[in-house]
Amino acid sequence: MITAERKPFDEILALVGDKKKILVAGCDTCVAICLTGGEKEAEVLASELRIKAEQDGTGAEVEHTAAIRQCEWEYLDMIADKVEAADIVVSMACGIGIQSMAEKFEPKLVVPAVDTNMLGMPQEHALWLERCGACGDCVIGETAGICPVVRCSKSLMNGPCGGSHDGKCEVTTPEKEDIECAWHLIWERLKAQGREELMIKNRPPKKWNLSSSGGPRKMVREEAKLV
Amino acid sequence: MADADVKAPAAEAAAEGGAAAPEAADEAPKRVVDPDFEPEIIVFACHYCAYAAADLAGSMRLQYPTNIRMIKLPCTGKLEVIHLLKAIEAGADGVYAAGCLEGECHYLKGNLWARKRVEHVKRLLEEVGIEPERVEMYNMSSAMGARFAEVATEFTERIKALGPNPVRREGVDAHAAAREALGGVAMPDDPVPSAATSEEGHAE
Amino acid sequence: MTATEYKAGTNLEKILSEGKFAVTGECGPPKSADGSVIENKAKMLAGYVDAVNITDNQTAVVRISSIASGYTAMQNGVEPIVQMTCRDRNRLAMQADLLGAHTLGIHNCLCLTGDHLSFGNHPEARGVHDLDAINLIEMLRRMRDEKKFDCGEEMDVAPKFYIGCAENPFGDPFEFRAIRLKKKILAGADFMQTQCIFNIPKFKTWMEEVRAEGLHQEIKILAGITPLKGVGGARYMKNFVPGMDVPDEIVDRMAGVEKGPASHAEGKKLAVEMIKELAEIEGVAGVHIMAVEWEEAVPDIVEAAGLLPRPTVA
Ligand code: SF4
Ligand code: SF4
Repeated sequence: MITAERKPFDEILALVGDKKKILVAGCDTCVAICLTGGEKEAEVLASELRIKAEQDGTGAEVEHTAAIRQCEWEYLDMIADKVEAADIVVSMACGIGIQSMAEKFEPKLVVPAVDTNMLGMPQEHALWLERCGACGDCVIGETAGICPVVRCSKSLMNGPCGGSHDGKCEVTTPEKEDIECAWHLIWERLKAQGREELMIKNRPPKKWNLSSSGGPRKMVREEAKLV
Repeated sequence: MADADVKAPAAEAAAEGGAAAPEAADEAPKRVVDPDFEPEIIVFACHYCAYAAADLAGSMRLQYPTNIRMIKLPCTGKLEVIHLLKAIEAGADGVYAAGCLEGECHYLKGNLWARKRVEHVKRLLEEVGIEPERVEMYNMSSAMGARFAEVATEFTERIKALGPNPVRREGVDAHAAAREALGGVAMPDDPVPSAATSEEGHAE
Repeated sequence: MTATEYKAGTNLEKILSEGKFAVTGECGPPKSADGSVIENKAKMLAGYVDAVNITDNQTAVVRISSIASGYTAMQNGVEPIVQMTCRDRNRLAMQADLLGAHTLGIHNCLCLTGDHLSFGNHPEARGVHDLDAINLIEMLRRMRDEKKFDCGEEMDVAPKFYIGCAENPFGDPFEFRAIRLKKKILAGADFMQTQCIFNIPKFKTWMEEVRAEGLHQEIKILAGITPLKGVGGARYMKNFVPGMDVPDEIVDRMAGVEKGPASHAEGKKLAVEMIKELAEIEGVAGVHIMAVEWEEAVPDIVEAAGLLPRPTVA
């Protein structure tokens, strides 16, 4: 799933500026599951903005709402009235939802209240770990189902590097304490699968043009297009 | 013994108020404490412990401030971030949750969740420029009538020292707003739990 | 062997090819535009080492570029081994720089993954990691031997490089480390320098695996040594440098002497003892002395280890 984290409040305030009619718009799909930008969190942010506005005497009015899926226009129709009535939409959806909102209601001012950060797996309640970088050329069929693109700090195709230690990655900044070395995991799982030879052969450089290095990507399913 | 326990914090706070004044002068300018300020305090009380403790305090005829107004919950674990925030937004000067002793929650961990949520609300309040001390989490058992009164006294003194919530909403009843935010979660009040408070306090 | 048979014809290549015990040093460029730092370090090492590694933004901290510093070193009498990491350049920039290094007369290159950006002074930078070290070795070998760019396009004049790689015999998973060396040999590495060795028994175990696979016959192995100035450095490396294995005996030994001239002397003595022990191991073709910011210790150590004079090769 897509995960996001709420931006610092001051940054949100700066984005809102002196707008008077503010709509905080959550999304009830991915960002709700990761407890960042669903309807509940939109209500909390709206309440915070009101408390702030009240103290500063700005007279701003803050409301909240949520779309079932902010990234799809048909769900935006359901909240269109509220959006139209607002001077600014503070969106708590992922980067896709925010853009979808900005595009549908152009030129309505739509700003993000969250930082979309990864395609993560819920490891346990309230803990998500990055699992995929949408590189456009999945290699995990040869790496024991473990993504070296985002789970190895250096996106190595032929790991582990010399910094791998006790199964841990050399990157152990305080925020990233105890990240597992992806290539250590790959080695162990390939061994368990009896497929070590996959790690012994050299893998060629990755085709990064299939990832975002190749420019914005586009996907068309001809067979499914409406005629 | 119970009596002494209860009175002590209030007496201390009063003594501090007097003695602290000259010292405070060369520190950051302190809020001028209005002696007539009567804060409005919302207590989210678990009916298995704190709410029963209030009853006990009442029947023990313990004195505690009339500033607190309770909302009964089936468990503090039902309390969400937005409920605490809404009470502050509606103008409550202070808000606290009172749940069972840690390890003794009727639903196992509800009070631990509540503590985490209260801590989160403190962070949110800090972001928006409100003193985080305006919200708190307390734990007590149903047998701790004295503790209930002590907490009520202590917290009221704390809020008196902080002064009024900068968010003042004319004509908004914070207690009613908090109840509304809770929706079906809030339980109906017991008829007059404590003679000591309700006689002169905010009768429902 | 005639000159034309050499892959790059560098001093280092010749010494190793002739089976002589090689000594390489290491020199970190400064964090400013002061080229005289390299000049001085090069002069200090000239005649005591066969070639000197010039680090490439070592520990992800910006410094004078390894190629420019390598050129300065060369002008001051010592052959450079320029290091190139995959962290700061994509495959275009790497190839362009390698062509440039060749035209400047630099023909040794050590291919590295590079320490992660989070260790350095620009942790907010975008880490490139377009290629990894193995991809880089292979790209360089194809440029040299097949006159081909990474994309397959041909070039008129191929850059000549003696290709190096690094390995950490103490990295994990330990059982994979000899295999990783094999991967680098397959990719085209000619010589290998190890991470600093303090745990000699563990290194010996690793060398057994290397010999069992016959890898020592396919690549020249230089054992890495870092002379310790005092117990502080030993503890720092033990606790904070990723992938470093410093046994307690070494820490204790350094702790047993007074900080200052006494600990410096002890550090050099320890380095000499270790070099002698490493030189006895079958398959060790030389030593790589990494006395970063203590280059002046190198002449003493090389001399005390009985490695002078350095051989001259035609
Ligand atoms: S290899 Fe690419 S597509 Fe596959 S999991 Fe990793 S980033 Fe995602
Ligand atoms: S330690 Fe492992 S995960 Fe970290 S950069 Fe090296 S190979 Fe990748």
